[in-house]
This record gives sequence, structure tokens and C-alpha cells, in this order.
Amino acid sequence: METHSPVLFLLGASHHTAPLAVREKLALDNARATALAARLQQTPGIREFTLLNTCNRVEIYGVARNGDALDTMRHALCEITGVTPAEFDTAGFLRQNHDTVAHLFSVASGLDSQIVGETEILGQVKEAYDSALAKKWTGPVLNRVFQKTFQAAKHIRTHTAIGAGQISVATVAVDLAGRIFGDLTATKVLVVGAGDIGLKTVQAFQSRGAASITVASRTLSKAEDVAAIAGGWATTLAELPEAVAGADIVASSTSSPDFVLTRDLIAASIKRRPARPLFLIDLALPRDIDPAAAQIANVFLYNLDDLAEIAEENLAQREAEVAKCRAILAERTAALWPQVAHSLNATSEK
Amino acid sequence: MSSLFTDRALLWVGALLYLAGFLTGLAALTRRQQTSAGLRTLLNSFLVAGWIVQMAGLYVRGTAVGGCPLGNKFEIVQFVAWSAMVLYFFVGPAFRLSVLGLFTAGYAAALSIVSLLVGRWDLVRNAKIFGPNPWIELHAALAVFSYGVFGLLALTSLMHLLQNWSLKHKRLNGLFWFLPSVVQLDQINYRMLALGMLLLTFSLCVGAAWWVRDLASVDLTKLVVTLGVWIVYLTVLVMRWRTWLVSVRFAWVCLVMFIIALLSLGPVNSSRHHEVVLTPER
Repeated sequence: METHSPVLFLLGASHHTAPLAVREKLALDNARATALAARLQQTPGIREFTLLNTCNRVEIYGVARNGDALDTMRHALCEITGVTPAEFDTAGFLRQNHDTVAHLFSVASGLDSQIVGETEILGQVKEAYDSALAKKWTGPVLNRVFQKTFQAAKHIRTHTAIGAGQISVATVAVDLAGRIFGDLTATKVLVVGAGDIGLKTVQAFQSRGAASITVASRTLSKAEDVAAIAGGWATTLAELPEAVAGADIVASSTSSPDFVLTRDLIAASIKRRPARPLFLIDLALPRDIDPAAAQIANVFLYNLDDLAEIAEENLAQREAEVAKCRAILAERTAALWPQVAHSLNATSEK
Repeated sequence: MSSLFTDRALLWVGALLYLAGFLTGLAALTRRQQTSAGLRTLLNSFLVAGWIVQMAGLYVRGTAVGGCPLGNKFEIVQFVAWSAMVLYFFVGPAFRLSVLGLFTAGYAAALSIVSLLVGRWDLVRNAKIFGPNPWIELHAALAVFSYGVFGLLALTSLMHLLQNWSLKHKRLNGLFWFLPSVVQLDQINYRMLALGMLLLTFSLCVGAAWWVRDLASVDLTKLVVTLGVWIVYLTVLVMRWRTWLVSVRFAWVCLVMFIIALLSLGPVNSSRHHEVVLTPER
């Protein structure tokens, strides 16, 4: 990397470039994110940065003074996540300047998402930026780029049909549940994990009239908060064997690095209710549910990639709209880039 | 002109109407016209017309032989197809795009056409198998009707296996989109098995009541095969009730059992006596 003037960069990996196994390794939990941020702050050439960490992507946006800083940052990411540099070179990507802006616009608008046009990503980008802003990791360049990104994403949402017939992972999962159980009003849903995805899953099943919803979390109070929204029950992960045995649908989205639902636990549960199928939805990364559970009779296991693939099939008609969106974003990128370049040059003079 | 209304001619027309229904349903599926009320109506119209014409053919045959037309393999297979269609009219509306109608149409068309094409199945028939006793006739009709139920059970079992495969292998488009949920299919299978068993048990009870008065009237082959089929279906029903046999295994057993039950018709039918050769005019 022979860069000598400040660059706006993006270093990362996403579902487009990295297989699930590599993304699992790259996923940044709180401890890893904190460690990476500390390393970036200590790297002399890094002036600004923001960490975007979702189920489908780990991306570092920032401003670097030179190419050496980018190399240092790549090594830090590999060291902290345990991904080898060779693996990262295959599965990751580096974008600079104009391409970084174009990519961020595309990501925030949902064009780069597994489910094209989904809106969750915009909230995740905003959250990542707000967090970086609060911690003073950003500066004039990133602040401007992110503010313009939010404007562009909003424009796309309101001026195109990219969000028409909106489908999220949660709603795809609910549709699949219908293929297994038919009417969902007699089904019992167990949601493992009380985070955002857990909450969305609860709401999706609630809207389809699920008979009962139970939320399990490591902390009972968190589970109670989410369960209260659905008028459901709360329990802890310690009670999982009992809860799974009583459920028809289990959606798991914890941040646990290990399997929360093992094959043995699921096999034991299905033995207790052999006549009823069990629909397992793994919304977590790293995965919460042992993939070997899919081999058990009457168990149907779908992970994030599976759901996204189905959604992509369902959303093929949105593809026509993507070209229109990209044209709009290209115009906006072209309009913004000279201003960002000017800001970059201004920072180099300081 | 009169030859147009022979039993076999009518049964041919019925079979071709079933085939037309099957092809209509297949065309609708390949075009993914899941909301096409017109095609659904057309499919059901073919099936209703086919069923009426087939019934007319069986009526002509029944009038000619002076009783229920169950005297040879051809008549039994025709009656099994007719029974399956009757049942479809009761349970079919629960299915999207009459997907069960598609399966039933294909099944009834296949049974009817094969029975019409295999000439030797209809060369001879058992004469006076029921005698003057209407209870024996009821026994035979119910037994064959229960085979119709088991036939439909085999179809819904096949649908269960296809839906399970599609969900396990994540192939959710095409035909699979139209199949009912696995839970619905499992419940339908369970109810269908219970209904088939009820009919077969009642039929055997009626037959047994007369058999004890004349032990020589039924030979050992027929007795063993009939009781064997009944015992195996009863075992399957009990195992399903106790949830020892569920889901895919249950569906497989129902499917295989029906094939065995169909094959058992051969020894049951050939064990009869008093065969007469049918005249070419029939």
C-alpha cells in the first residue's frame, strides 16, 4: 500500500466476500470491538474511524494518513479476531476515497444487504456512527460523509420502490413457519436472546397471532423486558431444555461464541414431543444452533444465510429498482466526493 | 350408436376426463398460477365430470351383472379410483390450488387407464360372488372403499414426504409452494388412516358375521391376506396414536402399506371361484 496522502478508507468483509465461517471469526463482540478500537487509537496514522459490526459485515471506515497505517490496522484486525492475513486477503476488501463513499451509501440504503432494500442496516449504521461520535473517534471527514450518507439513504427510501413489499429475515422466518405449521395461532414460540433481532422476531410472530411467546435470555430482567412487549413469558438460558421441549418454533439470536442449542439438547427435546415438528431459526453470528441438529427427523433448521437466500428469491423483482437506486447514489457520490477530498486535503495541511 | 354407452366406453371417458384434470392442474402449477380461480374451477369441473361418467360406467356394469361391480381386478381398481375421488371431494377444498386434486386426478387417471388397458383383468369375472345376500355386497363395497381411503392416504403421505424434503433441503419453489404444511398433512394422514381402518374393520365384521355360518365360503389365502392387511394397518394406527410412528416414517409406512395392499388384491381376487368369461359385447 503506497498511499502517501490522507485517504478515506474502508477495510472489512461482508457476506458478499466472506463465507459464514470466516464471518463468524471476524464478528466483533464488545470485548473485541473495544480492543480493536484501542489499537486503532494507538495507531499513529489513523485519524478518524467508525466500526460497523453487523451479522453480515465487519467494516472499519476511517481516515488514514498513509498506507502503513492501513497495514497496521489490517494486522490488528487479524490479530484480534484470529483470522489469518491470508484468509483476510481472500475474504476481505479495502476501498479508498470515492469508492468508500459509494460503498457506504450503498450499504446504508440497503442495496448491499443480503435482503436488498431492508431497513435494519440504516439503523445499524446510525448506531455505529453515534457510538463513534460519542467516543470522539470521528472527525470532520467522517462526520460529513456519514451525515450525507443518512440523507442519501432517506432519499432512496422515499423516492424509489426499493422498500416496497418490505421483507426482513424475521418475516421470511415467519412465512417458513407457516409452511411447517400452517396456521400459527396454535404455535408456541421461544425466542432465545433479548437483543434487537430477538425483539423483531417476537414482534413478527406476535403479528401472526402465535399462541404464546417465551423469551429466554442470560439475564431474566432483559428477557422480561422483551416478553412484556409481546405479553409473553420470560425465562433464563438455564431453563432452555424445558423451554425448547415445550416450543414449536425456536428463534435464537444471542451473541454467545458457542452453540446455545446443541444437537443433544434438541434431540432430547424432540423425543419429548415426537409428533410435533420443531422449527429452529438461527439468527445469530456466530451461530447459536448446532448445524448437526438439521439431521434430526422432524427438525427444520434455517440459519441467516438460508433465510437470506429465500428472501433473495422472493425479492427478485426489487432488482429492477436497484439500478435506479444505484444511479441516484452515483450522482450523490459524485457530488459529495469533491467536498470530502477537500476536507481530506485540509486535514493533511494540519 | 348403442356402443357409445357401454360400460367400458363410459369408463374410458371418465379416465380421460381425470387425465384432462391432471394436465390442467399441472399446467397451473408450472405457471405458478396459485390464485387462478378459473383454472381451479376447470380442474374441479374435469374431476366432477370424470367422476359422474365413471359412476355411470360402473352403474351400467352393475346393472349388467346384477350387483355391485366388484367381480374382477378391473372392476375393483375402477372402484378404488372412484372411491378416492369421492373422498377428495370431501377433503380437497382445504388444499391450495386443489393440489390434492392434481394428485388425485393423476392417481385416478393412472388407475383407470391401466385397468382399461390391461385387457386380461376384465376377461373373466366371478359369478354370483355375493349371492342373494346384500350384507356380503356391503362387506365387499366397504372393503374396496377403504382401499380408496388408503389410496388417498398414500397420496397425502407422498405430499408429506415432498413437503418435508423441500423444507429439509430448502427447495421451496415450484410444486412445493402449493403443498399444505407438514403439520396439516400429518393430521390429514392420521384422520385418513383412522377412517380407512373404521371402514375396513366394519367391512370385515360384516364379512365375519356371515363367514362363521359358512366357513368354506372364504378360502385360506383370502382370509390370511385380508387379515394381514387389516392387522398391519391397525398396528400402524396404534403406533401413530401412541406417537411411536410419526412424521416422515409414518408417511413412508402409509405409502408402502398401500402398495402392499394393492398387490394383495391379486391373491384375494384369484382365490375366488366360479369365474365366467365375459362376452366381447361388454
